[in-house]
Amino acid sequence: MNGFFDIPSDLQHSWAGLIGLHLRESLLPVAAGLLLALPLAQLCVRFRWLYPPVLGLTTVLYAVPSLAFFVVLIDYTGQTELTVMIPLAVYSLVVLIPAIVDGVRSVPQETLAAATAMGFGPVRRYLQVQLPIAAPAIMAGLRVATVSSISLVSVGALIGNQGALGNLLAAAQKYDRPELAVNAVVTMAVLAILCDALLVLLRVLLTPWMPRGAHRRAAAPREQLTPEGVTR
Amino acid sequence: MIRIDSVTKRYPDGTVAVDRLSLEIPDRSITVLVGPSGCGKTTTLRMINRMVEPTEGTILLDGEDIQGQPVTTLRRSMGYVIQNAGLFQHRTIVDNIATVPRMLGWGKQRARERAAELMERVGLDTALAKRYPYQLSGGQQQRVGVARALAADPPVLLMDEPFSAVDPVVRKGLQDELLRLQDELGKTIVFVTHDIDEAIKLGTMVAVLREGGRLAQYAPPAELLSAPADGFVEDFLGADRGIRRLSFFASAELDLTTDAVVPADATAERIAAVKAPHLLVTDPDGRPLGWAERTGLTAGDIATDRLLPFGRPFVPGTDSLRVALDCAVLSPTGWAVAVDGGGRVTGVVSQQTIGEAIRAAHTESRADKAGAGVAE
Repeated sequence: MNGFFDIPSDLQHSWAGLIGLHLRESLLPVAAGLLLALPLAQLCVRFRWLYPPVLGLTTVLYAVPSLAFFVVLIDYTGQTELTVMIPLAVYSLVVLIPAIVDGVRSVPQETLAAATAMGFGPVRRYLQVQLPIAAPAIMAGLRVATVSSISLVSVGALIGNQGALGNLLAAAQKYDRPELAVNAVVTMAVLAILCDALLVLLRVLLTPWMPRGAHRRAAAPREQLTPEGVTR
Repeated sequence: MIRIDSVTKRYPDGTVAVDRLSLEIPDRSITVLVGPSGCGKTTTLRMINRMVEPTEGTILLDGEDIQGQPVTTLRRSMGYVIQNAGLFQHRTIVDNIATVPRMLGWGKQRARERAAELMERVGLDTALAKRYPYQLSGGQQQRVGVARALAADPPVLLMDEPFSAVDPVVRKGLQDELLRLQDELGKTIVFVTHDIDEAIKLGTMVAVLREGGRLAQYAPPAELLSAPADGFVEDFLGADRGIRRLSFFASAELDLTTDAVVPADATAERIAAVKAPHLLVTDPDGRPLGWAERTGLTAGDIATDRLLPFGRPFVPGTDSLRVALDCAVLSPTGWAVAVDGGGRVTGVVSQQTIGEAIRAAHTESRADKAGAGVAE
C-alpha cells in the first residue's frame, strides 16, 4: 500500500481535495440537469406531442461522445471544470426528463380531478399535488443520474487534469503507479454507493406517505375514469 | 337552487356529450343523475363547477350565472366527492380534510379542529387523523372524501359515482350514512351514478339520461317506477320495478291478525280456536319461536324444538310493503311475522292480505295523481 494516497504533485490536490473536486464536478451537473428537466418535463406533460421529440433529442445528445462536446465547448469555456460539467448536465436529462414525466403522469386522474374541483389553480396543483406525488419517481431518476455522473467525470482528464479522481488514472500510466488507478476506481465506487444511499435516505424522509416495504417507483397509472376526464 | 338551462356540451371532434339539457335542482335535497355510460352525467356534474365549460346554455346558482365569479371561488364553494375518493396520498387524513379551509385562509389549528369534527361526523375514528390514505380501507377513504368535501361547509355538494368502487356491503353503509348526514346538514346534493338502485334509494329527484346526453325523464323515484316515460326508462329500471316500487309504500296499515299467535304453553281451547292451518308460537316475552302445524298439537306442551323457522320478521311502520312481502315470501307458511321495535310479535299477515294492501296502495296513488291533475 506504499504511496496509495500519495498523489503526484502535478495534480495540485490531495486525495481528499480530489474527492471534493469530484463531488462538485459530478453533483453540480445533476442539480443543473434537474433544474432544467423540471420545466421541460412539465411542458412535455402539458403538451403531449412535445414528449417524443424531446425524448429523441436527449437520447441523441446522450449518444454524442463527451470528447466531441469538449472540442466544441473548449473554444468558449476553455480547459475548465465548466467544460466537463456542461456535457454531464446534458447527459442527465436523458434520465431525469422521463422520470419526471412518468412520475407526474402517474398521479391518479381522480386525485387531479379532486384537486381541480377543490379550487386548486394549475400552479398550486403542480407544486402541491403533482410534484410531491411524483417525488419517488424523480428520486429514482436522480439516483441513476447521480451514479452515472460520478463515473463520467473521469473523462475530464482528457482536457488537462479536469477529471478529478479520473486524473489518477492518467497519472497511474504516466508514473507507472498502478495503485493510483486502483485508488481512483475504488474511491469513485465508494462515492457512488454513498451518494446513492443518501438519496435513498432522502426519499424515505420525503415520502412518509408511501406504503412501507413497497419499492414501487410510483403508483401505477390508473385507467381513465370517464370519457369526460379532465385531460380531455 | 341550481338551474341548468338548455345546456349543450359539444367537443371539438363533434361528439355531443350533453344535448340541450334543462334541469331545476331543488335546494336541500339529493338530485341524482343516472344513466348508462356515455350519457353525459359526469359532464353535466362537471359543468356545475366549471371543470367542463358548456358550449351553449347557462347554469344559474341561486339566480346568478356561475360564469360571474372566479372559477376557483366557485369551486371552493362546492364540495366535490369522486370515485376512489381521489385523496392526496402524500398528505395525512387530517390535512386532506383541511385542504379547502386552508386554501380559504383558515389558521392551521382551526382547520385541523374542523377536520377532527368532520371525521366524527362521517363516522371515522379520530385516531386515524395522522395516518396516510394507503393505511385506510376503501370505505374509510371514501368517508374521508366526503369529510373533505364538507370541510368548508359548502351549500352544494357534487358527488361523482362516489360509492361505485367499494364492495356492496360497504356501499350500503355509505349510502345509509349519506342519508343520515343529509338529514342533519340539508345540503343541495347532485349525485351521479350508473346504478339505478342507488338512484332510487338516495334521490329526492332522479334525472334519467340516455346516450348522447339527452334527458329521458326527471321525476321523484316512486313516479319513475310507477310511470316510466318511455321504453328506455322502463328498460333501464329493470324487470322488477313493480317489486321495487313497493319500497315507497308503508306497511303500517297492513291488517295484522293475532288469532294464530299462541304462547308455547297455550291451552287446548286456545289452540282449538285457531282456524288457520299454522300457529305462530311465542316465548313468554312474546318473541317468536317458530311455526307449528295445527293438526296433532298437544296443548300445554308445544314441542318448541320441532317448530318451522319463522324467517325474518318485519316492523310495521318502519319497514316498507316490499320488506313485508319479502318476509311473507321467505316464510315457510307464506305468512309474514310482524314485530315491534323490541322484537315482540304484534301479529301475522298472509301473502294474500299483503297482495290486497298492494292493490289498495296502487289504487290510492293513482287516485292521488288524478286528484292532483284535477286540482291543477
